[in-house]
Amino acid sequence: MEGAAGAVNAATGQPLLRIDGVVKNFGAFRAVDGVSLDIKAGEFFALLGPSGCGKTTLLRMLAGFEAPDSGRILLADKDIAQALPHERPINMMFQNYALFPHLSVYDNIAFGLRRAGMARADIATRVAEMVALVKLEGLEKRKPDQLSGGQRQRVALARSLARRPQVLLLDEPLAALDKKLRESTQGELMELQRWLGMTFVIVTHDQEEAMTMADRIGVMNAGKLVQVAPPRELYEAPRSRWIAEFVGDINLFEGEFKLRDGHRLVIATGGAGTLVAAEPREPIAGAKLSVAIRPEKVKLSRRAPVGEGSALNQLDGVIADICYLGGATTYKVKLDTGGMVQSSVTNSARLDVDAYSLNQQVVAWFTPDDCLVLDQ
Amino acid sequence: MSTRRIFARPARFAAIAPYVWMVLFFLVPFAFVLKISLSQTAIAQPPYEPVFDLTAGWNAIRTAFGALSVDNFRLLVSDDLYIFAYVRSVTVAVTATAILLLIGYPIAYGMARLPKRWQAVAMVLVIVPFWTSFLIRIYAWINILQHDGLLNKVLLALHLVSAPVVWLSTDTAMYLGIVYSYLPFMILPLYATLAKMEPALEEAASDLGAPPWQVFWLVTFPLSLPGVGAGVLLCFIPIVGEFVIPDLLAGSNALMIGQTLWLEFFTNKDWPVASAAAIVLLVVLLVPLLLYERLQRRQLEQR
Amino acid sequence: MRKKTRLSRFNVASLALGLAFLYLPIVILVIYSFNASRLVTVWGGWSLRWYVELFNDRAMIEAAWMSLRVAVASASIATVLGTLAAVALSRGERFRGRTLFSGMLYAPLVMPEVITGLSLLLLFVALNAERGFWTVTIAHTTLTMCFVAVVVQSRLGSLDRSLEEAAMDLGCNPVSAFLSVTLPLIAPAIVAGWMLAFTLSLDDLVIASFTTGPGSATLPIRIYSEVRLGVKPEINAICTLVIGLIAIVIVIASLASKLSSSQGESAAPL
Repeated sequence: MEGAAGAVNAATGQPLLRIDGVVKNFGAFRAVDGVSLDIKAGEFFALLGPSGCGKTTLLRMLAGFEAPDSGRILLADKDIAQALPHERPINMMFQNYALFPHLSVYDNIAFGLRRAGMARADIATRVAEMVALVKLEGLEKRKPDQLSGGQRQRVALARSLARRPQVLLLDEPLAALDKKLRESTQGELMELQRWLGMTFVIVTHDQEEAMTMADRIGVMNAGKLVQVAPPRELYEAPRSRWIAEFVGDINLFEGEFKLRDGHRLVIATGGAGTLVAAEPREPIAGAKLSVAIRPEKVKLSRRAPVGEGSALNQLDGVIADICYLGGATTYKVKLDTGGMVQSSVTNSARLDVDAYSLNQQVVAWFTPDDCLVLDQ
Repeated sequence: MSTRRIFARPARFAAIAPYVWMVLFFLVPFAFVLKISLSQTAIAQPPYEPVFDLTAGWNAIRTAFGALSVDNFRLLVSDDLYIFAYVRSVTVAVTATAILLLIGYPIAYGMARLPKRWQAVAMVLVIVPFWTSFLIRIYAWINILQHDGLLNKVLLALHLVSAPVVWLSTDTAMYLGIVYSYLPFMILPLYATLAKMEPALEEAASDLGAPPWQVFWLVTFPLSLPGVGAGVLLCFIPIVGEFVIPDLLAGSNALMIGQTLWLEFFTNKDWPVASAAAIVLLVVLLVPLLLYERLQRRQLEQR
Repeated sequence: MRKKTRLSRFNVASLALGLAFLYLPIVILVIYSFNASRLVTVWGGWSLRWYVELFNDRAMIEAAWMSLRVAVASASIATVLGTLAAVALSRGERFRGRTLFSGMLYAPLVMPEVITGLSLLLLFVALNAERGFWTVTIAHTTLTMCFVAVVVQSRLGSLDRSLEEAAMDLGCNPVSAFLSVTLPLIAPAIVAGWMLAFTLSLDDLVIASFTTGPGSATLPIRIYSEVRLGVKPEINAICTLVIGLIAIVIVIASLASKLSSSQGESAAPL
């Protein structure tokens, strides 16, 4: 996975940016509620969460547009929480790009360099370098309204990189682009970040975007940072039911702890009968539990599968709904025990010999290791 | 500290010069109007007494305060001339505003339905007469309305009348002048709300079975009410205090309050009564003024 | 089905009639200013006779010169003060006396001119100021700066705040962010504000009548006293000149605003 490769690169870095117990209130509303986080030098870090979770406010505090009510923001061991935006070696790429409409592409990119008092010749060199970096050669004299959406995005990127900030903040940088362009731009951004070795902090509500690009993801909900993990860990080992449901699709069965069998737990669920699940790493208090399982880990077959490992969780049911998505098909299986389970099956053959039809009797099965035990 | 607050500090410094100016040339003059409205006419320069002289010492000022009285206001509420003038001002303003709304609405509605390109052109066409001098526009009408003017000529040529009609110095001419002068003030706010309206709303209404007149009454008109409110206030308030149009186009037997004030000031040289008339006029306008201020603020906040 | 047009016959008719109503009187006035006949109502062929007479009318020329000077001076002061006021109101957040400030700025917009004129005159009399150019200029500035403030404030209000944030992010302090980003972007509105102030001043009769002194009549005062005596072809001529001047000013303003704002949203001339 991309994230794994990036993590190696990031692991060598020291914590560059340290956010320590940061709180921000807007009137009676607590937008950011005691967030602490270390971001390493050279890391590509994503802040992910639903709208209104406080991720943008946190980013704006890093940029200096808002000051925290309490807590510290350390950049290379220096507290910058109260520093003004123009006093920080941090630059931001705005969601709507915020390109100056009265200035040309060249002047937009040179804007920050002129503020820094750079010599004319040096500015020209740096701007040319930036223009080449984002592949905008020949468009220097254009005004922002003469550019396409993708080109504007590049100008915004070049402008925020021109001052060579220690940290680049990106606020939903790809939200305004259409799907195809977004995907290719994701790749370019990652390449650029690795090539520059710069620290990127990106805010996004798009989990695929975060998973694709980031070395680590911080998930925020209601002002709190609920989990910080590499993409794979976030997906496969979410710390709470909320995260499990927010990141990707998941089947959830609520139930009660019955007994322990070695490293396995036996749980009686309402919808799916008795399930066997691997013991979670962190012990869970209380008897009320949830068993969670990702749809692609639920296999379907016409008859009960052979082999003991797979035989542990077998649920009989009929196909209730079919959703063909191209690369995969999602089946909803109505279980005989009353619940519903979703299974995502890769369409590995062009012909539909393996496909199931509506109302067909099937067995849905999954291993205990694929089950996740979570608090209710 | 947020960026908004970072910006706020230097921005507040910007307030100093205009603030001082407005206090000096708007607020303080009002204090003078109030004070002089409580004074008495005198054949002197300035033509009122008492005159406050800060160099004359405390006692003189105390005496001067004692000489203030509300006699002028008593005169204003007891003399028919003034009461009629106030009533006439408000009546004229109500009538004229109603006519303006009836004429302005179809025009604004037509503008809002033009293709986008033409909307901008129509808007400029409506605004341009507003830029040309007010006085000139009234004068243009005198040209047309006079005894042997163009209007009478056309009417005679078409045999609609047998003898020239007297247009000038009538209420008809005055209403014509007011409607002509204030039409852009009515059209622009109406157009602004109508143009902002989602065309899909009207389409949805007709899709749901409403015939055109119901689409208008049940969807378009209710949604344009903020514009109607703004247009009505923008016209009503200044018309109440109007001076030039009634002076040039209406007869001199019934005066509006602006004319009375002018007359007291320039012809009768009765500054105290003129000041008192101004205060009363302001009180009459206070309710619509406050309404307008609230509307203005709400519109600015919405942007 | 043919493409549905939203424009009904009724819409077209009301638009055409409305615009005809707005323009016809002015057009007639302009045409008659070129009338050779002394009788204003009889068409005697094209002629520039009344323009020539106009230039021999010293009082009228002096009044026009006075009006122009007042309009330029008051519009310029009003533009500076009005822009400052707009900045304070739209970027100053809450500050002490803000309500009074905005109240003072909105009130003259709708206040009857007789009251504004009267109150300023009483101030000038009390201050024993000599009435003439400066008193009229001050009076007009007081009125027109409010219009400038409204025009500029609405532009500032519609400006994307993230542009200023981006400027600060790229190393500007608030003042330099304002000067290098905000000011160029609101320039069209400032120009429009100046124009509006200029024409309002050129147009004003009532306030000028109160605040001017003997011997320094403005053009509207002069026209007014002539009009009271009846229609004269010479007045048609001066009115046509004023209309022409304002038309030129509007054209320059719209060109300026087009040049300085190549971005989509251009400032309306109001």
